[in-house]
Order: sequence, then C-alpha cells, then structure tokens
Amino acid sequence: MQEVTRATAASRFALASAIVLVMVLAAAPYWGSTASLRLLGEIMVYLALASLWNLLAGFTGLVSIGQQAYVGFGGYMLFTICISLGWNPLYAIPIAALVAAPISALVAVLVFRLNGAYFAIGTWVVAEVFRLGFAQMSSLGGGSGLSLPITVMREMASTKAEREALIYWAALLLGTGSITIVYLLLRSRIGLALTAIRDSEVASSSLGVSITRVKLLVYVAVAAATAMVGALVFMQKLRIAPNAAFSVTDWTAFVIFMVVIGGIGTIEGPIIGTLLYFVLRQFLADFGSIYLIVLGGLAILVMMVAPQGIWGFVANRWGLSLFPVGYRVKLQAMPAYNNGKENEYVGRNQAHRDVAAARRNR
Amino acid sequence: MALLSIKNLCKRFGALVVTDDLSFDVNEGEIIGILGPNGAGKTTLFNLIAGTIRSDAGEILFNGTNVAGTGVAERCRLGISRSFQVPHPFAGMSVFENVLVGATFGRSGDDRFEYALRALDVAGLKQKANLLAGSLPLLDRKRLEMARALATEPRLLLLDEIAGGLTERECHELLSAIRDVHSAGVTIVWIEHVVHALLSVAERLVVMNFGRLIADGKPDDVMKSREVKSIYLGEDVNV
Ligand SMILES: Nc1ncnc2c1ncn2[C@@H]1O[C@H](COP(=O)(O)OP(=O)(O)OP(=O)(O)O)[C@@H](O)[C@H]1O
Ligand SMILES: [Mg+2]
Repeated sequence: MQEVTRATAASRFALASAIVLVMVLAAAPYWGSTASLRLLGEIMVYLALASLWNLLAGFTGLVSIGQQAYVGFGGYMLFTICISLGWNPLYAIPIAALVAAPISALVAVLVFRLNGAYFAIGTWVVAEVFRLGFAQMSSLGGGSGLSLPITVMREMASTKAEREALIYWAALLLGTGSITIVYLLLRSRIGLALTAIRDSEVASSSLGVSITRVKLLVYVAVAAATAMVGALVFMQKLRIAPNAAFSVTDWTAFVIFMVVIGGIGTIEGPIIGTLLYFVLRQFLADFGSIYLIVLGGLAILVMMVAPQGIWGFVANRWGLSLFPVGYRVKLQAMPAYNNGKENEYVGRNQAHRDVAAARRNR
Repeated sequence: MALLSIKNLCKRFGALVVTDDLSFDVNEGEIIGILGPNGAGKTTLFNLIAGTIRSDAGEILFNGTNVAGTGVAERCRLGISRSFQVPHPFAGMSVFENVLVGATFGRSGDDRFEYALRALDVAGLKQKANLLAGSLPLLDRKRLEMARALATEPRLLLLDEIAGGLTERECHELLSAIRDVHSAGVTIVWIEHVVHALLSVAERLVVMNFGRLIADGKPDDVMKSREVKSIYLGEDVNV
C-alpha cells in the first residue's frame, strides 16, 4: 500500500514559527503597553472575522454581506448576560456561540433559498432586521444603546490591568483559534467536500456529497464563531448601540477588503490582508477620508493586477502552501508484471462474499 | 427480484418527450449494453436513474425500494454510481483527491485511501495520482470518471460513452478493466456508440430510440432485428 501524505517542508517550518509567534504574543501583557495590547487585540478580532468570512465566502461559496448580524448578536448577548444575570463577562463568549448556532440555522432556512447576489442581499436584509429588532428593546438601551457597568467588569478581575490582559488573551485565543479551526476543518472530510463542491456541484453530489448539509454546517459554525467574536469586541469597547453593533462597514466591508486583498479562498490570504490593513491604517488614519480612498484604490488595483489576491499570486508563482490541505500519494516504480496493476478491483458484493466466506471457514 | 426495476418512467423537457413510458429491469450481476442514435434519451435515462434530474412520472425501484424521490447523494450511497458522458472533473484537485471524494462520501466503509488507490489502479490512472485533474487530456478525464464512480463501491455502475476515441490497445485495456469490475460482482449498464467494444462484453443489449426501448435481448438477436438495422443501416423496414 502506498503512503498518502499531507505535510510539506514549508508547512512544517510554518507550524514551528507559528508556535513561537503565538508564545511571544501570549506574553504581550508582560512586554507591551496598554495601547499596543489594544491594537493587538483588535488585530486578533479582525484575523478571526477575516478567516471566518473567507471560510464562508471563499471556500463554501456563501458570499454573505450580513455577518454583522452575528457580531451584533454576540455583543448583545454579552450585555444581556452581564446586566440581567451579573455573570463574569468572559462566560458570555461561549454562551453567545451556543445561542447563535440555532438562530443561524433558522436564518439559513430563509437565506439558503436564495443564490448568488440574492443570497448576499438576503443576508444583509437579515442583519438589518436584527439591528431594528435590538433597537426596539428598551431593556437593552433601545436605539441609543448602553454601557457595561464597572461592577460587572469587576466580576472578571479586580484591577484594570488584569482585565485588559484577560480580554487580550481571549482575543488571542479567538484569532489564532479561528485560523486553526478553519485549517483543521479544511483538512478534514468537510474540506474535501467543500473543494469538490467548489469545482463541480453536479459531480460532487453524484459521488455522495450532501451539498446542502455541508453548506449548512459551515454557515452555522461560522455564525457561532462570529458571535463569539462579537461578544469579545463589545467587551473591549464596553459600550454597545445598534448602529455600531450591526455596522456593515466595520464588520463586513473591511473584512471583505482584507480577505480579497490577501487572497480569497486561501488560508494565508486573510492573515496577510488583515496585517496589511492595519499597517495602512497606522500610517493613513490621520488623513481622514483619504485613508478610505486609498483602501478602495488599493482594492481595485489588486483586483486588476492579481485577482486572486496577494497570497494567490505568490502561491501560484512559487507553488507555496503554508497550510497544506491536499493529499499526495507516494508513488512507487510501476511493477512490470500484471499489466502494472497491483490490485484487483474488489466491489461491494465481492467484499460481502469474502466476509461470508471467512465466516464459513471459521 | 431485479436489482433495478424501472416502471413507466416519463420525462419531458418542455414539449420534447425524452423518456416515453419506459419500463425495464436490470438483474443483479448483469452487464447490459445500451445502443441508440444521438438524442435517443440514453444519457437522460442515466440522469433519471442516478437522480441528477427528477422524473415526471413512474417508478425507479432499486433493490426493491422506490428511489424516484431520493436525492442524488443518497442514491450514490445506496450503491448507484455513474460516469458522466461529458467529464466533470474537480479541476482544482489532484486525480487522487478526485477519486477520494467518491471513496469518502459515496460509501460507508473505512480504508478510503486504499479504496481510492485501487479504483485509480483499475482505471489505469495510478501513475497520474498527483496531477491536477484540470490538466488531464480528454481520455484521462474519461478514465477519471470511471475511477471516481468505482471508488464509491457501487452495486450498479452506469457508464456513459467511455470508449470513444480510444486506440485499439487502450480499448483492450478498458475492456479488461470492465470485465474485472464485473467479475467482482458489480452490475454494469454501459451506453456506448463503439459497437464492437460494447458487444465484446455485453450479455444483454438494449436499443433506444425516441425515449423508448425498441429492442432488448441477446446481443446477436438484437443486432439482427429489423428495427435496429433500420436505424443503423438505414434499411427501410416497411419494404
Ligand atoms: N436539460 C435538458 N433540457 C432540454 N433538453 C434536453 C436536456 N437534456 C437533454 N435534452 C434533450 O433530450 C434529448 C435526449 O438527450 P440525451 O442526452 O438523453 O440523448 P443521448 O441518447 O444520450 O444522445 P447522445 O448519444 O448524443 O449522447 C435530446 O434531444 C436533448 O437535446
Ligand atoms: Mg448521451
């Protein structure tokens, strides 16, 4: 039997560097200032959002422009849990995922009836419905929103520095965790199904792939994870209002920019895109609206020069993959006898017969 | 009981009747050839059996249960597998990964790697396992169609025109592969315009025209029948 391998030399090197990098980042509360901790926390949030949106749009073909529905939903879950139950805010993160999952399944029943551009618009409409719905809830501050009381934050830790560190670690976990989970998912059977569906729906279904089930699974998983990110974001901000919670610009448009610039449909792309976005923002933020014009111009340029994004371009050029999800067969030299065939074909019936014969001979 | 039993199957595209009240049985272990002129409705029949398109009326009994309302993926897992006349490779995946999709989702057993490799071997594609499927020439794409179908561990294998354009040697290899698969216990229905290839393995021959069966029986008898001659040799039956 031939061996089937997954890893490459580049991927082993990438894994080792990633582990070192995550350890350095985990120690940031000990070496970084409050400002740099916040910036790193925000980068982690966008790493998570970009990886998740890329899984949805780039790998599953579900181009949603309504993921802010789940960011805002997670944020409001945080405030609901903290204010009405008085629990530690960190508990809201997993709870947001558990509540968002069934709700997103219900949303899917609705939006999965739509295809392509209609799906995209449909998800946006759903997000708007969420926004209007939460704006109606006077217990959650209605249209003007509300702040997280300091007494609740003390549930997490007594000093401000400790709280900042905990929130940062949660962000680090969500950012690196999202990338890891996307990678593991794509290496799994689901990843194989997704790639097949992307290339041909007709062929994949006739080979036993249940297309709707796979897409639903990814949609719900991404929604649940996005809600976790939402709970964290508003823990960082300490304040929520419907317009900020369900902002299509902050939680979808910027995310799409990062993914498309970095390389949609690659695991590396969203990481590169997120880092590039933050570098640009650090340099251009003082210029006000020029900053947005530069972002837009850059997006158009990349779309024209390298439509597969920066990483797509690099990967094609040098055949590089830091996160290999494919399979390679180690081939042996072909034996000269038996027409080059090593195995006889054994069908289902033959296998059954073999089993039956083995039973009889026992 | 027949493995596949089709009863009064109908399908029309708009005003065009493509499957016209068709009934026939496939017994377990048979290897059946289907002949018929272009547009006779052969591929449509496969699409109906595999579930790629839904029938308008009639029953499709597989192993005794009506699968006419069952989804494509489910029918594949039940043991119905087909190759496409126009290949649909997963162009961005390697040849091995293409076959692995079938071995992973189309069957229930373990050993999916081994099963995928075996299917590649039977189809003569093993040495190309790591090539991108999108880079294969047409002949290899047809082999890949067969390999993927085999990897799902089918009970009923539907092959749609896989011998066109082969050299004599390649055709010989294909026939020996089909015989292997058949002797492993797989029931085969094969649509083919290359008549001599079909006749060298088919135990039973079915001829279709205008969505109906116009002949069904032993290959020799069928080839001698007047209706078949009239279609293939242009003889006028009414003289
Ligand atoms: N999706 C479709 N919509 C409309 N008409 C169709 C469709 N699929 C097939 N047809 C028509 O139905 C008829 C039968 O087509 P089919 O592909 O089953 O023929 P076939 O016997 O396989 O022919 P060939 O030997 O050329 O492959 C043709 O006239 C074809 O144009
Ligand atoms: Mg056809």
